[in-house]
Amino acid sequence: MTAQLGWALADAWTITRRTLLHWRMQPGPVIFGWFFPVLMLLMFGALLGGAMEIPSGESYYELLVPGIFALAMLFGLEATMTAVTTDVAKGVTDRFRSLPMSSAAVVLGRCMADLLDSAVGLVVLAGTGLALGWRWHGSVLEALAAFGLLLLLRFALLWVGIYIGLAVKNAQSILAVQVLVWPVGFLSSAFVATSTMPDWLGTIAQWNPLSAAATAARSLFGNPDPSAASWIGDHAVEAAIIGPLLLTAIFLPLSAATFRKLSR
Amino acid sequence: MATERVIEAFEVRKNYVGGTEGAGLNGFDLQVNAGTVTGLLGPNGAGKTTAVRILATLLKMDSGEARIAGYDVRKQGAEVRASIGLVGQSVAVDEILTGRQNLVMFGRLNHLGHAKAVRRADDLLERFSLTESADLASSKYSGGMRRRLDLAASLIVAPAVLFVDEPTTGLDPAGRAEVWSAVRELVKGGTTVLLTTQYLDEADQLADRISMLKAGKVVAEGTPDALKAQLGADWLDLVMTEQADVQRLLQLVDRLADGEVRVDNLRVSIPVKDRTRALVEVATLLQEAKIEPADITLRRPTLDEVFLQLTGAGVPA
Repeated sequence: MTAQLGWALADAWTITRRTLLHWRMQPGPVIFGWFFPVLMLLMFGALLGGAMEIPSGESYYELLVPGIFALAMLFGLEATMTAVTTDVAKGVTDRFRSLPMSSAAVVLGRCMADLLDSAVGLVVLAGTGLALGWRWHGSVLEALAAFGLLLLLRFALLWVGIYIGLAVKNAQSILAVQVLVWPVGFLSSAFVATSTMPDWLGTIAQWNPLSAAATAARSLFGNPDPSAASWIGDHAVEAAIIGPLLLTAIFLPLSAATFRKLSR
Repeated sequence: MATERVIEAFEVRKNYVGGTEGAGLNGFDLQVNAGTVTGLLGPNGAGKTTAVRILATLLKMDSGEARIAGYDVRKQGAEVRASIGLVGQSVAVDEILTGRQNLVMFGRLNHLGHAKAVRRADDLLERFSLTESADLASSKYSGGMRRRLDLAASLIVAPAVLFVDEPTTGLDPAGRAEVWSAVRELVKGGTTVLLTTQYLDEADQLADRISMLKAGKVVAEGTPDALKAQLGADWLDLVMTEQADVQRLLQLVDRLADGEVRVDNLRVSIPVKDRTRALVEVATLLQEAKIEPADITLRRPTLDEVFLQLTGAGVPA
């Protein structure tokens, strides 16, 4: 049993290394993935930021940077999905499945590689944020906790991505999901305080897991988040933990079942 | 020498309910001896790929029994997977990685240590003439090279049985020749190969035995020669120089034919029983009638003809 676990971890590491080799062989896509949220940050901060007014009067970046952090986690979904679909379509998944390797390792390796990808993305984004004047005002520990919560959201979305990637099987459907990511991203507190939205829309936006992660990160960084007073707004950190766990609880078994269904 | 059965399948059934994913199996039987190449031949939708996927544990059968190298396909999946190599219909290599990186990765996933995986990769690159392009991204390979890399990746731990599913579909003639010689190399090394193909010449070239598949069932089985002999008659092929000669010839040879005479433009194919006598008689008849044919040959039936007769399906070009 322990030998099996050992092999599963070794196999997962081999699969993770495969992605790291991809970065080295073809750095374009991964670097683009890291800098796309930076582009969003500059677009919203510099282009639209002048017109943004935060009720508490601070710089818009104080509100925006943690929002873009959360948004970057959502964008990661596309990379996961594309990688999974490509492997299934090319028969690489079948080859893995015909090897005497642990099948959990295929997914675990994907998981580690994508979390690493997002961690680097967060570092790039945080660096840009700091250069633009965003600061965290709490302790280092609190800041690390905020990054931890963001990666937890990424972890949950990973299973959503693996599930969709295994279920759709073609590139056109991936495109549809890529488009749908946008309204989900905007219907949140990522760019604006939910208190500025119509009540009903603000309520929906507050329950978006993305908002929970953004609001929780803001409170841990000591950044302003003028959300409308509500239960979910007051329990952002709890929501940012429970939401991703719930998503994982739904999509991890779904992914595993779909993976098994490949043999039916 | 006792021959060892490495692939055995009895009455394997698989139904796809309303799916478009592939053809089902309808009581599929197969026996393959160690060290041989068996061609699984059939038109699209006959169930070739389904059969391979079930034997390789990628797909579950509804009922029936199958053993690979003595292991039960349904109950001993891990042992089966340790005994097989699979070359699927699409080339399953990582296109971003180089040939060498691919082979080292698959070596590690076969649980070789790093040094061993690297050495094995070098051996295989050499064996499949890929050493020169070893450090090139495999997306830059030609179709034939990528197929060879694919074959190499399935041979990392010298499997007892290698499944090769339509290896030359979509390749140009040069690529086909490369893959054929790679498969012949494998066989010299003692690997048992189950090859699916819809190309008759490929089966004729590579396989020791052929199983013809129709609608999920094996309808004929044997050596290529035995299958050809099943059709019985030999064929006398004549190519005439003009249509008028074709008509005159048909009248002359009517009583010689042992079956239906086929006419394809200027080519006339006559099924005959007694090879030599038929040849002499036709030659004499032609000489008396003062008809000069462009070509005259006596031949065994081709696999195409066997295939047509047994499956009643259109033969892909």
